[in-house]
Amino acid sequence: MISDKLKTSPSALSDNADAETRRATNKRVWRLPWFGLCVSMPILIWQLIFFVLPLVFLVAISFWLVRNFRMVPTFEWHNWSYMLSRGFFWDAYVHTLAMAAGATVLISLVAFPCAYTIAFKFRESAKQLLVLLLVTPFFTSYLVRTYSWQVFLSDNGIFNAALGLVGLEPFAMLNTAFGTYVGYFTLCLPLVVLLQLFSLMYIDRSLIEAAHNLGCGRWRTVLLVVVPSARIGIVVAALFCFILTFGDFVSPLYLGGGQPPTLSTLITDTTKSGQQWPRAAVIATMMIATLLISAFAAVRFAYRRRA
Amino acid sequence: MKNRIDLSRRTFLKTTSILASTAALSGLLPLRSFAAAEKELVILAWAGHAEPDIVADFERKYRVKVRAKYYTGGDNMLGLISQSPPGTFDLILSDAEYVQQLNAAEYIEPLDPADYPFEDFYPEFQHFPGHWQGDKLYSVLIRFGFLGIAYNTQLIPEARVQSYDVFWDESLKGKVGHFDWHLPNLGQISLMGGNARPYDIDVAHWQRVQQKMMSLRPQIGGFFDYGGTFSSLKNGQIHAMCGIGDWITGVLQRAGAPVKTVLPKEGGLQWTESYCIARKAHSPDLAKKFIQYITSPEGQVKSAKMAAYPALIPSQKGWELLNRTDPAEARRQGMVLGQRNVMDDIRDGRIKYRELPVQQSLDEWNDFWSQYKGA
Repeated sequence: MISDKLKTSPSALSDNADAETRRATNKRVWRLPWFGLCVSMPILIWQLIFFVLPLVFLVAISFWLVRNFRMVPTFEWHNWSYMLSRGFFWDAYVHTLAMAAGATVLISLVAFPCAYTIAFKFRESAKQLLVLLLVTPFFTSYLVRTYSWQVFLSDNGIFNAALGLVGLEPFAMLNTAFGTYVGYFTLCLPLVVLLQLFSLMYIDRSLIEAAHNLGCGRWRTVLLVVVPSARIGIVVAALFCFILTFGDFVSPLYLGGGQPPTLSTLITDTTKSGQQWPRAAVIATMMIATLLISAFAAVRFAYRRRA
Repeated sequence: MKNRIDLSRRTFLKTTSILASTAALSGLLPLRSFAAAEKELVILAWAGHAEPDIVADFERKYRVKVRAKYYTGGDNMLGLISQSPPGTFDLILSDAEYVQQLNAAEYIEPLDPADYPFEDFYPEFQHFPGHWQGDKLYSVLIRFGFLGIAYNTQLIPEARVQSYDVFWDESLKGKVGHFDWHLPNLGQISLMGGNARPYDIDVAHWQRVQQKMMSLRPQIGGFFDYGGTFSSLKNGQIHAMCGIGDWITGVLQRAGAPVKTVLPKEGGLQWTESYCIARKAHSPDLAKKFIQYITSPEGQVKSAKMAAYPALIPSQKGWELLNRTDPAEARRQGMVLGQRNVMDDIRDGRIKYRELPVQQSLDEWNDFWSQYKGA
């Protein structure tokens, strides 16, 4: 035994120690992270009960049938083939997608200068006040805010009365795509500004100073330094905007006049007539699939490494 | 320091357990509703039918509580019944076209005609189609109304709303609205095409209805639910509305809005509401008493003036009482005795029943409606 120990060289000892450390590390890796699990368990359980299980149920009922206004559990592709072969479904799908994508681009573009100005041009105390002001719209229900827009946008409303004072004809705003967009801005703009703002506030200022020192103009600095540095926040804000507008029911109905119908409107139409919950489940599943693909693509884009 | 609460782990666990048990036991509340069944009447109805203006006197008289589950539309009603265990509802308010389906699905009990004051009703409503199967009664009519042209009286003169053609008037482009339900809208267009039974039409007539409807699409300013219909008529955004009647304009009119519904020369549609007693109802006697209460002259007047939405009533004694107690409302709704009134419109054949499509499926009408909305 002694001779064996004596035979062991210092390098071999060092290798053995490393191996021990590795083994210990490996052991640690395979131990269950109880603390982390316990802390995250409530949200995992919540997601399981209120997202995953309802989602599974939603997909399941899309295969059920309705007989005499009663849902009958079965496994038939009928609802899928029925809905996906309807022109009005695809019209509503394209319309909803286009409206949501347009709102995402527009709102992000409008929000960015606002978030930029707050992040870089205001004192700390003013910033806090402005953040507070951006939160205040959420104190009131979105439905109430949307309804109140009718007072401003109708033909006899405040905006057209103001236009009349300067001799202009009434401009159709309510029950148009413009009205829907006003609702989308009401829903999303404060949130998008806040999310962009939080990502802009934590940009390393030395990067901007370095860009200026190297002779980079303001616009180029914004485009080539600020925007890429805040990319994650900007993309996540845009993603939230897309998700909220894609599924919104209130603005298209109360400010857009329900025409043309969005997918949310189509869901209510489908359930209202003949209690076709399974067909509505097909529409909802298509919406969720679209949102999941969009979210996946957006997150991949946000976190991709710079080439 | 004496006032400090000593929150030991034991105390905390004990208090939490008590709270958790209380919360868990609250899940057994349905048991309580069994005990309270005799003192409670559960109604499945359109909004407004179990509000104090209608049920307060009944609750006082029988010392019971009336509770309601409100629905929006006959399909929604059928869905709610099919998804609820038997005995959930005592009384079901139904539009006439759905009574037969309730009966076919065995959701309702037959009624004894002797229990209800049919002798007070106008003859037209004593044996109302769909409510009877042979000699068996399944539903008692309590109120009805007409669907015609709803319009803003300040913006459109009455002389111009004598025909559904007004919806195509160039000056109303973008100012015509739809109540977002295919049955009344397509029914009115079918009436306009001269179909004596607007919902019982063959393929060729159905094609013509669709074509005519599509030609109206450029005129349309929006498709509205109940709330949206109110606001768009009230704020003047929509000048004329297809698919509604006095059940909406009457509420606005009472609030001073310049809106009104008229029956055009092509005629109008009739909607009805009637009560059925649910099979396996917990309080069938109370349900019967409620139908007797609402079909009494006093109950009928309450129903005619219902705050949520007014309606015409089938009881002649109800008419007499309304004329005595509120002649202005009787005049507003066209229920004045001794002169031309809404009963004459029915007798002249100007009013057709709203039904489910007879020769086409509900899906076919609904699909066309979705296509029309997206056009």
